[in-house]
Amino acid sequence: MSDTTRLIVVAVGGQGNLLASSVLGEAALMSGTPFRMSEIHGMAQRGGVVESAMVFGNAQSNLISDGEADVLVGFEPLETLRAMNKCNPDTLVITNVTPLPPFTVAIGKGVYPPIETIQELIRSKVKQLITLDATALAREAGNILAVNMVLLGALAQSGILPLSVEAIRNAIGAKTKPAFLEANLKAFDLGVRAAQ
Amino acid sequence: MHKLLIDQPGTRMVLLGNEAIARGAFEAGVAVTATYPGTPSSEISLNFFQMAQECDLYFEWSTNEKVALEVVGASANCGVRSMCMMKHVGLNVAADALMTLAYVGVKAGLVVLTADDPFMFSSQNEQDNRYYGKLSGLPVLEPSTVEEAKEMVGKAFEISEILQEPVLFRTTTRINHSTAAVTFGPITPRKRKGYFQKDPMNYVTVPAVSRALHVKLLKNLEKALELSENSPYNFVTGSGKWGVVCSGVSYPYVLDALSDLNIADRVQVLRIGFSHPLPTKKITAFLASCEKVLVAEEGEPVLEEGIRSIAQTAGLTLPIRGKGEGLFSRLYEFDPAGVRKVVASYFGIPYTPKQTVPLNDIPPLPQRPPNLCAGCSHRATFYAVKQAAAGKDVVYPTDIGCYTLGFLPPLGMGDFLICMGGSTSTPCGFSKATDQKVVSFIGDSTFFHSGMTGLANAVFNNHNFTLIILDNGITAMTGHQPNPGVDMSLFNLSGYGRISIQEVVKALGVKHVSVIKPYKVRKSIETIREALNYQGVSVVIAEEMCTLFAKSAKLLKARPFMVSDKCRNHRNCVNLLGCPAFIVENDRVHIDPTICVGCAVCAQICPENAIVPLKSS
Repeated sequence: MSDTTRLIVVAVGGQGNLLASSVLGEAALMSGTPFRMSEIHGMAQRGGVVESAMVFGNAQSNLISDGEADVLVGFEPLETLRAMNKCNPDTLVITNVTPLPPFTVAIGKGVYPPIETIQELIRSKVKQLITLDATALAREAGNILAVNMVLLGALAQSGILPLSVEAIRNAIGAKTKPAFLEANLKAFDLGVRAAQ
Repeated sequence: MHKLLIDQPGTRMVLLGNEAIARGAFEAGVAVTATYPGTPSSEISLNFFQMAQECDLYFEWSTNEKVALEVVGASANCGVRSMCMMKHVGLNVAADALMTLAYVGVKAGLVVLTADDPFMFSSQNEQDNRYYGKLSGLPVLEPSTVEEAKEMVGKAFEISEILQEPVLFRTTTRINHSTAAVTFGPITPRKRKGYFQKDPMNYVTVPAVSRALHVKLLKNLEKALELSENSPYNFVTGSGKWGVVCSGVSYPYVLDALSDLNIADRVQVLRIGFSHPLPTKKITAFLASCEKVLVAEEGEPVLEEGIRSIAQTAGLTLPIRGKGEGLFSRLYEFDPAGVRKVVASYFGIPYTPKQTVPLNDIPPLPQRPPNLCAGCSHRATFYAVKQAAAGKDVVYPTDIGCYTLGFLPPLGMGDFLICMGGSTSTPCGFSKATDQKVVSFIGDSTFFHSGMTGLANAVFNNHNFTLIILDNGITAMTGHQPNPGVDMSLFNLSGYGRISIQEVVKALGVKHVSVIKPYKVRKSIETIREALNYQGVSVVIAEEMCTLFAKSAKLLKARPFMVSDKCRNHRNCVNLLGCPAFIVENDRVHIDPTICVGCAVCAQICPENAIVPLKSS
């Protein structure tokens, strides 16, 4: 298992998880790194949770069992916390800190924990937690929808994947529409810097 | 050019399993394709739909899976390679056609793809469609990876032509919705037109003909057995006295388990990819070389029972286990750690699972179930029906589509759901067996799929209920596919017919038919109330385009609303509608202007008229 890196990405439908995953797939293809990926996106556009599992290296499986993620990237803090079952004490967690409260909270079916509590809970469980306000950085980059690119930047900079920052940056060029490219690259670079 | 049309063998591309399957079929020269969309198979069709607009590949959105199979059953008997794809439960709809098409056979390759959904990520059951191979007597192929799916679907056409029979190609969600790097092969030229050679004594299945065809089917099964025995998809890797037999996505999990447990040199693995008929000789030889065998398969013990039966015939008494206490479950999908655990315990290998982090200090987290979109007209219709039926004891049968989500709070509209189209027939039973009022829901696509026959039944048998047809002008749930009620000019396509649901309903003999615009709340409630008071079958058609589709087709310009300071916190908006655009912060309701599309339904139900258009300042 040592030659393998397992990545879970969780997001709320509409946050661009699938594009982020496909950028990583493209980067792996271009770098000649074996990878497999599995995603559940049946309800992606109806506000549900979208989870991708990516396995880099020589493992054959493309699913990641509980406790077996090397890195967990969460586009939304509540969903990052909800996915902690995938983590072990050595897992690196990277999370956006801007909440997107589910509608169940608005109708009084549950309470959204304070963001500080979420961060403390995660930090207490794993070796390393990188937090960033990806939503603000995406806005700064000029595209509020580029939260995914900010988090890709932070993930790239963490160095945990067998992919270089440059390879992922190039893959963004290959996978995003020209109209969004500049903002996406800027968002990515802001993510890289936030994780330095 | 569509990426799957690129004619450059050796191209490497990252593809979703469904894209890889579409490419594999295209490389094999598939010429006629048909489908009814269903997750997890839908992207195969979506790609064929797009590819067909750039080349002479024929693709159609059929009204249901049975129709799709009949379309390709005919084209394949004209000598044209054909394929249909559907989700697992879709094969139930198509089963009538399948069972006798197996007798009749085909002249050119016909692949019937069934996408099973272990764990029911987006399905109402997790039936194991490998049983259809046994039931119909047709060959079944099961890929283990995305790359293999692409190659195997091509071979499926060849096998179909050797046997002159349809081939069942069975995938699961973790093939359809997985992604991997795939290498393109050469594209076989398509034969788009054939010729139907009349042969009624083999094609018209009256009893005398079918008696002979059943003999042919069984003979073909013997031939299929030979193919299965020699198939490169049924292979053994490794060596040792312990054996594992597996199929589908279990195979990579087993390989990882053996390597993680460091027992790869003590276990041989028999991977079954051509799973019906089972390769008896190959399995017998494998069993004879093992002291004990574990069968790793998701779903039902199809392989396990087959293998045990083969062992019994061969007089082999070694332990063969698969499903059961402490072993594999028939429920849900497998995962690598679960397979590793069973392999370790069955062969007595010490194994410590990876340490998880403690979760007991995490407070209960608010759920995030999928929800009807902001501005979805279904929400408005559900609200109006609820108001119109206030004070009545109502049973609400529902159907399959986005509107199924209406059963969740706060709408709570949806009491009974079993299958596509059931919402026009189950009310017949409810209204006869109870005195409760029955109001049922069906979408436009589902109505065409299998709702019309139930409605005809209701009219003929003079039942008493109200059917609400939620016509949002598209097949929304599976990703905005067309259906016979859709205006195809929205897709910039011409040459399609278009059917009016209202005319169909009237033609079926429904006497009380009304149409509502659900965003007009008060008028909708009045119209629905009238329909509810009608004795007999009444139909209300709620017409409003899917907001998500309207947005993506650039037909909708969002004009968001806001909560003004006239708000007295009644919260009818939040508590009765549950629109995801509402945010409650510091005990005040707000509307997220980036989500609100301006349907104005909440504005109409606010007792203080406090919800007003957000002024663009």
